[in-house]
Amino acid sequence: MTVAISAEHLTIRFGDFTAVHDVSFAITKGEVFGFLGPNGSGKTTIIKALCGLLTPSAGTGTILGMDIRKDAAEIKRHIGYMSQRFGLYEDLTVAENLEFYAGVYGIKGRRAIERKEEVLALTAIAPYMNRRAGQLSGGWKQRLALACAIIHSPEVVFLDEPTAGIDPVARRALWDLLFKLSGQGVTFFVTTHYMDEAERCGRVGYIYLSKLVALGTIAELQRLPEASPPGTERLQIVTAKTALLLEPVRHMRGVREATIFGRSIHALIDSDHLDALKAQLPEAQVQIIEPSLEDVFVTLTNRIMEASQ
Amino acid sequence: MRRLFHGLVPICRKEFLHIVRDPGTLFFALAIPMLQLFLFGFAVDTNIRQVATVVFDESRTQDSRQLLASLANSDVFQIKSYASTKEEMYEAIRAGKARVGIRIPYDYARHLQDGSTATVLVLVDGSDSNVAGQAVSTSTGVALQESLARVLPNGKMPIEVRPSVLYNPATRSANFFIPGLIAILLQVMTILLIALSLVREREHGTLEQLTMTPVAPLGLMVGKMIPYGVLSFLELCLILGVMRVVFQVPIHGNVLVLLVMSVPFLLTVLGLGLVISTKAQTQAEAFQLAMGTILPSIFLSGYIFLIENMPPIFQGIARLIPATYYIRILRGIILRGAGIRELWGDATVLAVMGCAAVLLAALQFVKRKAI
Repeated sequence: MTVAISAEHLTIRFGDFTAVHDVSFAITKGEVFGFLGPNGSGKTTIIKALCGLLTPSAGTGTILGMDIRKDAAEIKRHIGYMSQRFGLYEDLTVAENLEFYAGVYGIKGRRAIERKEEVLALTAIAPYMNRRAGQLSGGWKQRLALACAIIHSPEVVFLDEPTAGIDPVARRALWDLLFKLSGQGVTFFVTTHYMDEAERCGRVGYIYLSKLVALGTIAELQRLPEASPPGTERLQIVTAKTALLLEPVRHMRGVREATIFGRSIHALIDSDHLDALKAQLPEAQVQIIEPSLEDVFVTLTNRIMEASQ
Repeated sequence: MRRLFHGLVPICRKEFLHIVRDPGTLFFALAIPMLQLFLFGFAVDTNIRQVATVVFDESRTQDSRQLLASLANSDVFQIKSYASTKEEMYEAIRAGKARVGIRIPYDYARHLQDGSTATVLVLVDGSDSNVAGQAVSTSTGVALQESLARVLPNGKMPIEVRPSVLYNPATRSANFFIPGLIAILLQVMTILLIALSLVREREHGTLEQLTMTPVAPLGLMVGKMIPYGVLSFLELCLILGVMRVVFQVPIHGNVLVLLVMSVPFLLTVLGLGLVISTKAQTQAEAFQLAMGTILPSIFLSGYIFLIENMPPIFQGIARLIPATYYIRILRGIILRGAGIRELWGDATVLAVMGCAAVLLAALQFVKRKAI
């Protein structure tokens, strides 16, 4: 198990503001790592620090064994980066964008042609070769952006909210691509707001108020004592009148939190009040479930907010 | 060394593609300076001729008519109207119908006959200082000449000054102003083109993408300077052509030397554009900053006002303005036929300024990790 990306007590301050506070993690080669957190929680700052664009105030990190403090220039040759803004030149064609980024990474001649064909085949964007990037739909722009980000066969790729504003079909296509590449040994560091995307990741980290508050596989996170405190149960309450029932459920004894999921209510309840709740809702189907990733994060967030107050 | 300029070639190639892909921008970049050249070239004429003049001749004698004829013959005054009262004359000046009023008193001829001093009142509208100065000096000159002709028995002058204007014998304004205008037009166009191109990348997020690649700051900057430098150089050639053919301004020096010495100026304004692009977050900001460089370049560079006449502090500022040196080079070569021997100092200052500006911009980028 080789470590591809690591952060060790990484801390980044801007003046008085601590954007990233004592964050540590290690991501192994070929992993697809999901990084979640609200806007402004420090996700992009961590990416910038790992790419060597920001010098950490304390702590350090490595990419492929290279020190982010010392080897920033060398790191840039081995990583790919794609943001939700895509970084494409809209007045240039698909081929010209690819050629530009190949040139920027110093790929020349025969190898440039080979790489171009490889990424074109991988992203299936070849039919649009001579179209201007600005004329592509969001999904195709995203594929082109990915193609540009991997033109130099990077071993580590950072994707900063790559699917923001993209339709579900295109999102799924992108994830299929990511897994294909990760099978070839490419490590992905993906930030996202979408829980379904996070659930696809092998492991996820959750950053809140500049701190990494959870880190692990989905199953590990679901078993976290903070998310599933001992003596409580996670319930799914299926009823015909979910919207009307939400408030009453929230005020029932022992209910710690409740929220609507589609046509059901998810609630966290003290185990000894479970029977009382069932009795109060005779017409509803009440089931004990595993917490979803969203449940985990919402519970965690509430915990931190309570603790900080 | 190669690392220092990494990314130069692909950036350069891409930038040329941007220029070719956007013919609108290309057209405006080239056409607007040309349009301004035509406007200013035709409009600016600082030679004062045919100033509207109102006359109140109380004397109405042959002597008074002779004086008026001499004044009209000077080409400075054009007698537009005759007033019959003092008030009428003042009113004509106040209304802007005339800029000069000449009043010849009723005793003018009598004073001339008996040898005492005859007075003539010349009223000058001072709202345009150039016109006023010219009117005063010409009327004084005409009066002096008339007086001497009367005093000297044979009408022969003891001394005659024969002014000979070197380099711009016809003292045409176009010859003086267009060479300076070239500097201003080139500066505006070049700064705007390069600054906007970089700030556009910042706005579109492609600059952020570039920061994640191994592109070196100097690679990016020089890669942008080459295409826009070439474009500005072409514009310079066009402007020089129009100046020569349309405005008939002769180039007394070596055109090749002029073109070579223009390169350090282009380097400087390109560097200035880059510095602006490191400060500006949006295209609107970049535009304002670029416009901010224009006024000092017009008023403090010697383009309009002589640097020698400025207070010392402004003379110091003038020395910091790149256009000052380039205007000297332009006027030197075009009007006086100067060459490398006379102008190498100015060109060197520009080259140093240019390198300093590019380095400053590169350092700004590194410091802000904007690439």
